[in-house]
Amino acid sequence: MTYKVTEEGNVSTVFLNGEIDMDVTEKAKEVILPLVESGKEVHLNLKDVSYMDSSGISVLIESHQKALENNTKVIVKEVSKSVLKVIMMAKLEQILNLE
Amino acid sequence: MNIEESKDFLVSTASLKEVRVFSREVFEKLKLEQDLKDELVLAIAEAAQNIVKHGYKGVDNTTDRMQIKISMKDSELEIGFFDKGKAVVPGNVQHRKLDDIKPGGLGTFFIKQIMDAAVFKKDEKGWVNHLVLTKKIN
Repeated sequence: MTYKVTEEGNVSTVFLNGEIDMDVTEKAKEVILPLVESGKEVHLNLKDVSYMDSSGISVLIESHQKALENNTKVIVKEVSKSVLKVIMMAKLEQILNLE
Repeated sequence: MNIEESKDFLVSTASLKEVRVFSREVFEKLKLEQDLKDELVLAIAEAAQNIVKHGYKGVDNTTDRMQIKISMKDSELEIGFFDKGKAVVPGNVQHRKLDDIKPGGLGTFFIKQIMDAAVFKKDEKGWVNHLVLTKKIN
């Protein structure tokens, strides 16, 4: 997994790339959670994420819940077809902010 | 098409990508549809992850290996997982309730959603756990 972060005003966008499994979830959390905890609105762009398992889904849930605690929000954007399928399998499409 | 292929992997999170590559290669030979391949690869990866995460919980840098065997015979797909981690108590393998939104606890749910059956067997000498996932392929 690789990533890129862009900043615009109070919005940080994290572009994730590659496959997200248990081996890289700590790295993903180290990138995403501090941004959320700083109170910024965080956009997670998943258009280049080709695979995500339950560990990756856990990162999305944790980010979402951390955002609620910090009175901000995480928006999951441009979800690839394969990742959307996993999100829907977990019945999270109504819970996570998908755009 | 009937097939039987197996491969050993170091019990490590770093092996999970290798597990997916192996699985995709086998399913490529079986010429399965892309969506089905993706689901099966996810189920296999989740089961392998459970071995690393739960079977070897608290064990760092093990040199143990796990084995994955994929076989297809008469449209019945069987995937075997062999490991030497902590013995699994099948009754304790539960996924969380979906409406209890929290990180974790989804891997087993995904496996059950994708596969027809997931059964722990006690018939393999030299291994501690033997999980068998099966699915009828139409």
